[in-house]
Amino acid sequence: MAAILRLDEAIREFVHDGDTVALEGFTHLIPFAAGHEIIRQKRRGLTVIRMTPDVIYDQLIGAGCVSKIVFSWGGNPGVGSLHRLRDAIEKDWPNPIAVEEHEHAGMAAAYAAGASHLPFGVLRGYVGTDLPEHTSVRFIDCPFTGEKLAAVKAHRPDVSIIHAQKADRKGNVMMWGVVGAQKEAVMAAKRSMVTVEEIVDDLNAPPNSVILPAWVVGAVSEVKGGAFPSYAQGYYARNNAFYKQWDNVAKDRDTFAQWIDRHVMNTKDFAEFKKSIEGAPAHA
Amino acid sequence: MPDGVSAYTADEMMTIAAARMLRNGASCFVGIGLPSAAANLARLTHAPDTVLIYESGCIGTKPNVLPLSIGDGELSETADTVVSIIEIFTYWLQGGRIDIGFLGAAQIDRYANINSTVIGDYDRPKTRLPGAGGAPAIAANCGEVLITLRQNKRAFVEKLDFQTSGGHMEGGDSRANMRFPGKGPTAVITDLGIMTPDPVTKELTLTSVHPGMTVDAVVAATSWMLKVADSVGTTPVPTGTELSVLRDLQARTAKAHAGQN
Repeated sequence: MAAILRLDEAIREFVHDGDTVALEGFTHLIPFAAGHEIIRQKRRGLTVIRMTPDVIYDQLIGAGCVSKIVFSWGGNPGVGSLHRLRDAIEKDWPNPIAVEEHEHAGMAAAYAAGASHLPFGVLRGYVGTDLPEHTSVRFIDCPFTGEKLAAVKAHRPDVSIIHAQKADRKGNVMMWGVVGAQKEAVMAAKRSMVTVEEIVDDLNAPPNSVILPAWVVGAVSEVKGGAFPSYAQGYYARNNAFYKQWDNVAKDRDTFAQWIDRHVMNTKDFAEFKKSIEGAPAHA
Repeated sequence: MPDGVSAYTADEMMTIAAARMLRNGASCFVGIGLPSAAANLARLTHAPDTVLIYESGCIGTKPNVLPLSIGDGELSETADTVVSIIEIFTYWLQGGRIDIGFLGAAQIDRYANINSTVIGDYDRPKTRLPGAGGAPAIAANCGEVLITLRQNKRAFVEKLDFQTSGGHMEGGDSRANMRFPGKGPTAVITDLGIMTPDPVTKELTLTSVHPGMTVDAVVAATSWMLKVADSVGTTPVPTGTELSVLRDLQARTAKAHAGQN
């Protein structure tokens, strides 16, 4: 059974310096609260995996938690660049970071292989692109047809962290809507933790709707609004205004540092963080 | 930027010209930004039965406002079905289910290969762009690919700084020899005109200029010596319906994105 822990306890127990960590989420259900707690607890030297690193990875990178990123699309969706990611890659600030870059189909195959405990995933991919020179891809011959296929090394994170809508008191996790690669990320990981909008007595779950049964989840933490400014379908909408305003915060090193200091380092938890940005979501 | 001649902008002409390329009933894998606007305009005008698919796993989605991100709630709430990322890239995309891929790009070359990864050197980039996302798989696996972007010398380059996704590679039969499942780009639609690959050499060829634009202007906005068709057509002006549907869509979108939700 999954342990029901406070988020700060779960991060303390599950995430260590130097770990390979996947905070997955594809636009929907991004584990922002968990990312903030990693920043608050000053984890360093992390290798972070994510198909679509967005604003929370920008914050982790700018706060100095990250030494390597493994990804396939790193931007602020619909807005533009992740300025902290760019500053780290282009100018080594606040520290140099290594980059392992994929295409989405490859990242998806790497997670599925990790979840299957296979050494690599196979796909008809990485063709017509310069990416193979910069990533962990090899080409193999199909043993049946001889077709040349791409093999991508499996993702096996030390810990995967996701946000979901609901869990029960045993830690069975229900999640719906855009579910991304979250199930695979959890199944591929050595340890896993899930933040949820609410923990309830009875999920009243229709068949197929419990994505992760309690016994494959390490810990569950209740964090209301824990995916803000992304969204949790059935609970709250995506705060697109925050994503747009983030561009101004992240553009400038000092503005960013002040924002992290004031809104993350000097708040005790995600509820306090959200109170601190009321009225001016993304201004320092 | 109104063009002074007609009451529509170059960007509106681009979106409308791109939308017209989408045939009704096709399944279309949609990139965010310009392609998303064009694909939804098509759905709201001449192509109501087009199946729009976003890489977040939303299949048959019918958003009322344009999504800011590829996985906005609007997309999943209005979809026929929502599948995992693993599934969208395997059963659906690699499975050969998608007729048309609709992509944007930061840079494009004469064979419609595209860059969305870096400007400058890969290890020391001048500008780090978001990266590949689903584009290489879309470019490889969809039946055909439409590309839409604004045309200028920085975007239309002699040589890509990085090839993110394969178009017609080195031209001629080089793409066919690589055994890509799909046939590659069939049109590039910009704010100035429309280019299609030559049937034999696969080099992009200017076949249509938008009203008010000249062949010389399109050639001048291209870093390589752009091939021009013997007979260059003029793109039909936007109809009143196309313009009003696009503007309503964009007004709804702006309103929805301005608020906290």
